[in-house]
Amino acid sequence: MKRLLLFLIIVTQLFPALAYAESERELRFCLRAEPKTFNPVLVADEPSETIRYLTGGVLLRMNRLTQKLEPELAASWRVTDNGRQILFKLREGVVFSDGTPFAADDVAFTIRTLMDPQLNSPTGDAFRSGGGSVDAQVIGAHGISIRFSTPVAGLERLFDQVAILSSRSVRKEMAVLGPFVVSEHKPGSHVLLRRNPQYWKRDAQGQRLPYLDSVRLEIQQNRDTEMLRFLRGQFHVINNMDPALFDRLRTESPVSARDAGPSLESEQMWFNQVAVSPIANYKKTWFRSKNFRRAVSEAINRDDLCRLVFLGRANAAAGPVSPANKFWFNAALKPHTFDQASSLRRLQSEGFRLQQGRLLDAQGHAVEFSVITNAGNKTRERMATMIQQDLKKLGIQLNIVTLDFPSLIERISRTFNYEACLLGLVNVDLDPNGQMNVWLSSASNHQWNPSQKAPETSWEAEIDTLMQLQVSSIDPRKRKSAFDRVQQIVWEEAPFIYLIDKNSLAAVSPLLTNVTPVALRPQTYWNVEYWALKQPESASR
Amino acid sequence: MKTLRRVALTILTLVFSASLLADFLAPASFATQFRESPNASPSVQFPLGTDELGRDRLSRLLYGSRISLLLAPAAALLATLTAALIGGTAGYWGNWWDRMAVIITDLFLSLPWLFLLLTVRATLPLNVPPLISVVITFSLLGVLGWATAARVVRAQARSLRTADFVLQARAIGYRRSRVFFVQVLPNLKPVLTAQFWVLVPTFILAEANLGLLGLGVAEPLPSWGNLLRELENFSAVKANPLLLAPLFLLVVVVGCLQVILSEEERFQ
Repeated sequence: MKRLLLFLIIVTQLFPALAYAESERELRFCLRAEPKTFNPVLVADEPSETIRYLTGGVLLRMNRLTQKLEPELAASWRVTDNGRQILFKLREGVVFSDGTPFAADDVAFTIRTLMDPQLNSPTGDAFRSGGGSVDAQVIGAHGISIRFSTPVAGLERLFDQVAILSSRSVRKEMAVLGPFVVSEHKPGSHVLLRRNPQYWKRDAQGQRLPYLDSVRLEIQQNRDTEMLRFLRGQFHVINNMDPALFDRLRTESPVSARDAGPSLESEQMWFNQVAVSPIANYKKTWFRSKNFRRAVSEAINRDDLCRLVFLGRANAAAGPVSPANKFWFNAALKPHTFDQASSLRRLQSEGFRLQQGRLLDAQGHAVEFSVITNAGNKTRERMATMIQQDLKKLGIQLNIVTLDFPSLIERISRTFNYEACLLGLVNVDLDPNGQMNVWLSSASNHQWNPSQKAPETSWEAEIDTLMQLQVSSIDPRKRKSAFDRVQQIVWEEAPFIYLIDKNSLAAVSPLLTNVTPVALRPQTYWNVEYWALKQPESASR
Repeated sequence: MKTLRRVALTILTLVFSASLLADFLAPASFATQFRESPNASPSVQFPLGTDELGRDRLSRLLYGSRISLLLAPAAALLATLTAALIGGTAGYWGNWWDRMAVIITDLFLSLPWLFLLLTVRATLPLNVPPLISVVITFSLLGVLGWATAARVVRAQARSLRTADFVLQARAIGYRRSRVFFVQVLPNLKPVLTAQFWVLVPTFILAEANLGLLGLGVAEPLPSWGNLLRELENFSAVKANPLLLAPLFLLVVVVGCLQVILSEEERFQ
């Protein structure tokens, strides 16, 4: 028995080493949860999205560095009929990973699958947002026209997410056109992707890509363990790091720490302005006052938030679009200046007054409100604590309430039984069309006052008009101008008090070459087909 | 052993006194953020350094000790008394009440605690001052944390039911309730005391865990629980071992309590 035990111990100790010795050109990083699906049409979670990105072939790909669309399986494309139609000329000689040839039929099949109401595809939602049907018409073996019933602004960007399925392969969605193929999945342990020998892309020297033989995605939830394993050389990349771990990485392996600047992730706070919410009427009056919201915004020291909570790895936010979004960011807007004197003046103009260190409204109610945030998120708890101290200087009592996520969602989207909320937002889509469900007053994600039958304020009505204008135009300049004005209104009215834009932080092993972390997701492996792994000796030299 | 007990008593007195005199001993308010000195090393101004937001760690430790040392024993007392009442009477009376008590105890042990606490938190009003939310948290711990202790107490009470002195008391005509309160309960004291002291650190740590679910001590109030949460960051602990101070204090206090407890048991 003792011998058996000893043998098991030796095997378990050796196993990781054996596993890592499997392939010299194997990239390893971790997924933070089990992927829910390998079907690219049904992807709704981040781990599945990672696998879709690494295995799926798309017609057009957004270059994460330049933020411009580039041809992939489509050799060229053209948007016609005022944004109702897009014509693709497909690349010839491309085959799926199982050897099935790629043709226009496959694109038509993919579009039909996306639009299948039975499947309820999350990727298809973007195609359905304009309403009406989407028809794909094959034009010869390598031409296809996709027609929408209404004009769609920024139509071509939708295809960055659509991994083409084979209409003929018996392997169905497992036959892919991307650089890697799913080879093995051990639930709770790992997903192994092997190089797709049929991948169509070649480098400048004509060598077939990708350079890597395989990608091992280990399922690992604990970020400390992920970091430890990275430092031991068992992982090559960490995406989306938090500032504390990044700081530790900078100390222990400075060459691996990569800060790509502002990302599309922001943190913001908002007040409940729902007319029927079960909160005191005098508080509703405060929250509906522009000056009150602006006063709170100007009383918050955003630079301190960046410096203390994010260890300098964040920037004060001005509005809904981060500077990472090169085209849509309104550079004219600056974050609300931290100025408590100006803040107090704004409050006084609304009838508020300071009395023995406490702020009272015109009716004599002491200004006290609660902010809810999700429990267990230390960053947000610290931000709330700092805001609490900032507001205390104005005589405002802020109570911090941390709730489990389902309770929090219940309060902000169903019962509206809350006063203020502090949460983060990740903009996955660069185009403002992806934010229609936030800015339209009738939208369910119009968090401060959702699902309005008609806009309750003139500025919300103006935002509605501008958002409809930008969505119905295909002229980029007109759209930009309309969305710049939306950002300006949001800055002035402060329905969301934007606090910070987080930096995009990543860890990249010095063994990897051709890696350029960027602000957009996926931060690191967006050009994985060009990645190569050096041997440890050459890396150390 | 007498010396050890004296030392333990002295340490406990010092810790309790320091926490009660926090208003006078603390160099700063537990909530004041010295934002220009985050994560400061120990100095004359900040004897234990500062946390990420620049708050003086010594002040937070002193105020946190006050909350944990007053409220965790209060919750433990509530749980122990409930355990004595339910477990003790069940073990002594037996019959249908014993069966009923076992069912209730098992029910409490099998309750999904966390969901229950989450439900309770979700139904509380949002604008509850931090101090009240602390009291609610510890009260909940006391109300829900008696079941394990009740099982132990019940087993002891069952063994006392057939003890000579109990039988003799019954034989001379004492009523059962009088026998329970005069004969059985005093003999349950060592078990109850032990359960009490076991529950104190359990509740301190439970409060720390509940903090992750939004049920712990709300910011900016400190407690040993939320101070212990800082130990999650291993690299910070490596950089500043003084972060271990609340853990050290917890170990010292529980250790001292155990010394006093075992000495008391010996004298009994």
